[in-house]
Amino acid sequence: MSKILIVAEHDGHTLNLSTAKCVSCAKAIGGDIDIAVLGQGHDAVGAQAAALAGVSRVLMISAAHLAHPLAANWAPEVLQLAANYTHVIGPSTTMGKDLMPRVAALVGVNQFSDVMEVLSPLSFRRPIYAGNAIIDVKAAEGQKIVMTVRTASWPATGSGGNAVVEQRTAQGTAAGHSRYLALNSAGSERPDLQGASKVVSGGRALGSAEGFALIYRLADKLGAGVGASRAAVDAGYVPSDMQVGQTGKIIAPDLYLAFGISGAIQHITGIKDSRTIVAVNKDAEAPIFEIADIGLVGDLFTVIPEIEALLG
Amino acid sequence: MKILVGIKRVVDYNVRVRVLPDGSGVDIDGVKMSINPFDEIALEEALRIKEAGKAAEVIVISCGTDECQQQLRTALAMGADRAIQVKTGSALQPLSTAQALLRVIEREQPGLVILGKQAIDDDNSQTGQMLAALWNRPQATFASKLVFEGEKLTVTREVDAGLETIEVDLPAVVTVDLRLNEPRFVKLPDIMKAKRKPLDVIPLEELGASLASNLDITRYAAPPLRQKGIRVENAAQLVQELKNRGLL
Ligand SMILES: Cc1cc2nc3c(=O)[nH]c(=O)nc-3n(C[C@H](O)[C@H](O)[C@H](O)COP(=O)(O)OP(=O)(O)OC[C@H]3O[C@@H](n4cnc5c(N)ncnc54)[C@H](O)[C@@H]3O)c2cc1C
Ligand SMILES: Nc1ncnc2c1ncn2[C@@H]1O[C@H](COP(=O)(O)O)[C@@H](O)[C@H]1O
Repeated sequence: MSKILIVAEHDGHTLNLSTAKCVSCAKAIGGDIDIAVLGQGHDAVGAQAAALAGVSRVLMISAAHLAHPLAANWAPEVLQLAANYTHVIGPSTTMGKDLMPRVAALVGVNQFSDVMEVLSPLSFRRPIYAGNAIIDVKAAEGQKIVMTVRTASWPATGSGGNAVVEQRTAQGTAAGHSRYLALNSAGSERPDLQGASKVVSGGRALGSAEGFALIYRLADKLGAGVGASRAAVDAGYVPSDMQVGQTGKIIAPDLYLAFGISGAIQHITGIKDSRTIVAVNKDAEAPIFEIADIGLVGDLFTVIPEIEALLG
Repeated sequence: MKILVGIKRVVDYNVRVRVLPDGSGVDIDGVKMSINPFDEIALEEALRIKEAGKAAEVIVISCGTDECQQQLRTALAMGADRAIQVKTGSALQPLSTAQALLRVIEREQPGLVILGKQAIDDDNSQTGQMLAALWNRPQATFASKLVFEGEKLTVTREVDAGLETIEVDLPAVVTVDLRLNEPRFVKLPDIMKAKRKPLDVIPLEELGASLASNLDITRYAAPPLRQKGIRVENAAQLVQELKNRGLL
């Protein structure tokens, strides 16, 4: 039977939704599921992890050098724990992408990145070439599996769990060569892009940071999260954490509304698991219409105010 | 200080890759190949650091078949001082690439290694982190800004929650994100000059790296198609349609 360890993602207070998605992937593998929660003074996070359905044990490891997820400090700790597990899993978020390959290298294996489906405990499905191809990848029998989970492909496991919480002592010390300084977060009241059920996105067509206000206004009316194309980020209309796509955030909301986004393959790959995609673009030939469920050819600067008026 | 920059030869980002009908691979016969876009950004940054007087030499390295010499020549034309090809018969997976890079690092002793945050073919995003682990040195991934202070480097990282800054001691591994810089264009005379710059070929076996076992790709498939959508004529129809589907 598989023994699965999930590395929790959190900000010191709140467990990130990506961890509950990792649990769903772990359930698909099948076996005993534990969650490692590294940090400092983060007991509240441990309690949240213990409440996830299907988890056996939560391992709390608290130390000053683990307060922030510096991969150089976290990876040796995860490596120590990994000895007792067949699978070590992290989310395919920037935190997991930073940490898990460092763990994999210490273990001595290649990593399965962005797992979207479990075929067997040793075989997994994942996208390559910006999602233009899907591959089945298999590890050798007996090999330890290190993977990141493509969060957009998995539902969050529910609560109602009652895992045992164990306090463990950190085995390692600070790497000494890497120091966390600060996180500069725009911090908004809007739903988180990766968890929102509705997302409104804008592209280069918005023309300026001021122009992007139109997108925020509509999003607020809908209670939606806000995303953007790379072009809108590069042009400085919005911060980089709003980029959706192959090299930004991969999302799968119930409703995705794209305004003034052409639909480059790198963008599409970040949204094509959305339940319903709406595209508004003044170019009837824009590639975004090839994947849109509902398309409207029009000028977003007139269409958005009209939608707002109709919503009342 | 020397800077080592990883250059991967990949299918150009404008090409829409298709899976072969028999599921044995992807059809990349005769398609345009380029330097991985993130590696161009990595090289641009290395060149700027050198131009600012903080580095003496920029070395580009690619692990691959002889075809990757094309991308190394382009990198030399962009301004790299010399190139190294680690010659392999088949594609390496990230841990093997990291193992090969480590062997070259032991020879060259760079103060900084800059790689892309991800190769846009396999979308692995592993090599830099793995290299940093094997080398037992710091990693600063997804970098959008680098600031030097003596032997220290302050790096701004693009993370899901915003922008994180960390400080690392050199030598270190940096992987770059899109906003770090805008790579320069290659000028025609530089292409001529690049032909005379050194390009060393080292067979992988000669590096003495014992390579990790590869994960086995058993099947390639095309992604599932989305059902064809509808067109609406105006905002009123759009809102109505969303209401009908229970989305508003
Ligand atoms: C390595 C690499 C990684 C990348 N990663 C990503 C990624 O993660 N995410 C991403 O999004 N992109 C990514 N890209 C960039 C991608 O290739 C495209 O360049 C980008 O998505 C284009 O953004 P856009 O659609 O906003 O701009 P454009 O392509 O310029 O499209 C603007 C659209 O707006 C329409 N328009 C203009 N005015 C109006 C108006 N008034 N009303 C309605 N419509 C209007 C136009 O018809 C056009 O279709 C990446 C590229 C590379 C090379
Ligand atoms: N074969 C290779 N040769 C040189 N550098 C590579 C190679 N493969 C990957 N890299 C570097 O590692 C980065 C990340 O690649 P990956 O981990 O495959 O997504 C790339 O952007 C390159 O800088």
